[in-house]
Amino acid sequence: MELYKLTAHELKDKLTTKEVSAVEVAEAIYTRIDAVEDKVQAFISLTKENALAQARRVDEKLKANEELPALAGIPGALKDNICVEGTKTTCGSQILANFVPPYNATVTEKLNAQQTVLVGKANMDEFAMGSSTENSSFKVSRNPWDTDTVPGGSSGGSAAAVAAGQAVWALGSDTGGSIRLPAAYCGVVGLKPTYGRVSRYGLVAYASSLDQIGPITRDVTDCALVMNAIAGYDHRDSTSINAPVPDYTQALVPDIRGMKIGLPKEYFVAGMDPDVEKAVYAAIEQLKALGAEYKEVSMPHTEYALATYYMVATAEASSNLARYVGVGFGQREKGEDLISMATQTRTQGFGAEVRRRIMLGNYALSSGYYDAYYLKALKVRTLIKRDFDKAFEDVDVLVAPIAPTTAFKIGEKINDPLAMYLQDVCTVPVNLAGVPAISLPCGFKGHMPIGLQIIGKPLGESDVLKAAYTFEQNNDYYKRLAPLGGA
Amino acid sequence: MAYEVVIGLEVHTELKTQSKIFCGCSTKFGAEQNTNVCPVCLGLPGVLPVFNAKVLEFAVRTGLALNCEILPFSKFDRKNYYYPDLPKNFQTSQYDLPIAVNGYLDIEVNGKTRRIGITRVHMEEDAGKLVHAGTINKSDYALVDYNRTGVPLLEIVSEPDLRSPEEAKAYLEKIKAILQYVDVSDCKMEEGSLRCDANISLRPEGQTKFGTKSEIKNLNSFKAVQKGLEYEVYRQTEILEEGGRVIQETRSWDDGRGVTLSMRNKEQAEDYRYFPEPDLVPIVVDPDWVEEVRKNLPELPDARKARLMKDYGLSDYDAGSITASRAMAEYYDVAVASGAEAKAAANWLMGEVSRLLNNSGQLIETCPVTPEKLAGLISLLDKGTITNKIAKTVLENMWSSGKDADTVVKEEGLVQISNEGEIVAIVERILAANPQSVADFKAGKERAIGFLVGQVMKETKGRANPEVVNKLLKEHM
Repeated sequence: MELYKLTAHELKDKLTTKEVSAVEVAEAIYTRIDAVEDKVQAFISLTKENALAQARRVDEKLKANEELPALAGIPGALKDNICVEGTKTTCGSQILANFVPPYNATVTEKLNAQQTVLVGKANMDEFAMGSSTENSSFKVSRNPWDTDTVPGGSSGGSAAAVAAGQAVWALGSDTGGSIRLPAAYCGVVGLKPTYGRVSRYGLVAYASSLDQIGPITRDVTDCALVMNAIAGYDHRDSTSINAPVPDYTQALVPDIRGMKIGLPKEYFVAGMDPDVEKAVYAAIEQLKALGAEYKEVSMPHTEYALATYYMVATAEASSNLARYVGVGFGQREKGEDLISMATQTRTQGFGAEVRRRIMLGNYALSSGYYDAYYLKALKVRTLIKRDFDKAFEDVDVLVAPIAPTTAFKIGEKINDPLAMYLQDVCTVPVNLAGVPAISLPCGFKGHMPIGLQIIGKPLGESDVLKAAYTFEQNNDYYKRLAPLGGA
Repeated sequence: MAYEVVIGLEVHTELKTQSKIFCGCSTKFGAEQNTNVCPVCLGLPGVLPVFNAKVLEFAVRTGLALNCEILPFSKFDRKNYYYPDLPKNFQTSQYDLPIAVNGYLDIEVNGKTRRIGITRVHMEEDAGKLVHAGTINKSDYALVDYNRTGVPLLEIVSEPDLRSPEEAKAYLEKIKAILQYVDVSDCKMEEGSLRCDANISLRPEGQTKFGTKSEIKNLNSFKAVQKGLEYEVYRQTEILEEGGRVIQETRSWDDGRGVTLSMRNKEQAEDYRYFPEPDLVPIVVDPDWVEEVRKNLPELPDARKARLMKDYGLSDYDAGSITASRAMAEYYDVAVASGAEAKAAANWLMGEVSRLLNNSGQLIETCPVTPEKLAGLISLLDKGTITNKIAKTVLENMWSSGKDADTVVKEEGLVQISNEGEIVAIVERILAANPQSVADFKAGKERAIGFLVGQVMKETKGRANPEVVNKLLKEHM
């Protein structure tokens, strides 16, 4: 058995029984990276030395028969917008190409406490702005199911690494679908938790009111294990929720009888690939057959979600990214005076998509336009949230597609921002409402994975995991491995 | 034409919390550059603010002391502008829902009391400081000191109710007194912990519509506030008299040259693109807690002044001066509580004690003569143990030695001599030595006796009881 093919819970068993050592697991992962990274391009940086040192520490504890946390010694990757003290954190941008944070993100601390092994920092769309990872200023990551296609974005490096066996698990961040879309395209599991469930401290901000860190894993069980490690209140994040964290593995019960599932008809948008639609409907039929109670629900404001998202997210981004002027940290370009220094730094340091969104956001907030754009967007956001509140009066979870299509070809949409934005049409409402949602494979179109979205109530991660686990265990999609083929 | 002056003030005050508004860094003034900093106040990527609850308490205390309504639901907003002393290039401030609104305070100018409206009090973070190599105009580069970044500030905005530069100064002094009374700020203008911008416009008397205003910045002292506004009244009057139009602009007070200079006009004004701060949750204030804070407010200047006038019969002026600073008022109360006669205590505090403080550049907070010791001095004077003249010498001695009045008087042998037997010999000697003065007195020159009294006092080093000396001189002439 090749170790890189195993899930975290399978590896944990082998570590506990001393069948393998943590160093052997880490080395197997790096061997795999050496073999396929040229094709996949999942990482911005690798942290092999630290990883092996950590694996050795875990092995010593295993030798001493110490009881270790679930993820101890299990290699994972972090999206490169999550701060790791002393490790370069670029956010996929030239402007932070050499930024080494002097602090850890809260999730990094929690994973360190778990004694996980950090393999490296995963590629991403610059500042998490994008749906294909083509906006990374370093490299274009590839979809392991077909290396001519994109892995999705913005957490494309994280999803591709997990799908290609270069990391057992990964963290991504999801502002408008950035965990779920790449998980769907890469045929893995990705969860965007409830807003506030996971601390944002140390996550380089894109849109503060939408950003949320979450796991990308090969199966639902690993998703629950990573959630157990990272969820919880953090006094350093005022927007984190002070509520007890359940043991998410308790939700891993393959029994959906009595659970009420809803289908929001508005999510089946015009232009949706019929095969994707078919796969999602088939999944719903299967869940019904497994005992779920089914109801069609209406979420009438869904059609405004994308426009609302691009107002709210870009407005916040325009302010969040204002600090990158080359004064205190990051790249600095020379200028004759302060304004030209800042202008040069930002013009050369940011890519086209980031500049576009900063301009959009500044426009939405500017005097005379604020009411028509930003304020209007906030009001529509409230209406979208109410759609969810209302739907959840009748159902426990909502089932929907993740994206209108499977992964598209590299370069296909990069010059058409609107077509690119449309990939997020089924995922952004969830961020605007702040609710949790998972993506997991529900079939294939040809050899390309199709993602199923299961959306829960606020703090309803356990319901989501339970429904997802039931579906997963009654199918074998999760057992398939990406072939790493391409034209 | 006669013009009415219309002034509104924006006062910024640094709160004296231990730590900054959104992180745990110290707020201590004067630390080595860039030592009171952390990833949060440096605005490094990924960090988040955490609101310091002490700032809320200080803001509510101030709002209540300024007779404001405390909003039960308030929030932070981002004020977006680029400046290198602002690490995030936005300032976290409050925009449309400030913590306190609709207050007032009363000021007194030329014996007339006027009520000045307070529009709002809001919380925000301070920016850092730019340090220029050489002079600001000839510098190749600038350095930034982020120690001040994130120090909590309150901005107190008045209604345009002030009608003269003098009123503006009185208003600012009153704000300072109140902030010190409620113990939220040191209010040191020289350290920048109290700062003031002024909006000023003129309008023909009787007109209700406001004229075009200018905003005056860089008013770095109470005197500058008055002088800068006086200059601006003059400048705007000149323009209007000549039939010109005042343009809306920001002007800077140049203290050295005594003029205001244009900084930027309205067309160049910034669009701050305010929006709600998404990294912080709204501030929901429990009304019970507000009442608790209100109950624990100290006695404020107006109430204290009224009390001193009523209980001790102090004049309006004396009571006003003593209560203008909380420390002075507290010194006074302790002196009286320690047995000093109330009016004498007021005279000494405002007279000799203030003179010595001014001379030595000290504040009442660090006065070397405690109020208890001052009370001891006053009581020696009351009992006739020392003369008024000696008392001043004793105070100076107490000032430098730290000893109490009793000890000084005993050690220096300064007890007043009222015993006629002890004085009479000196009187006879002085009379014998000054026949001309005696003759003058007998010829009806009453003043001559003053000289003779002085001679006796000189001989006794001021210790002789002047009344006894007077009496004996007359008897022996």
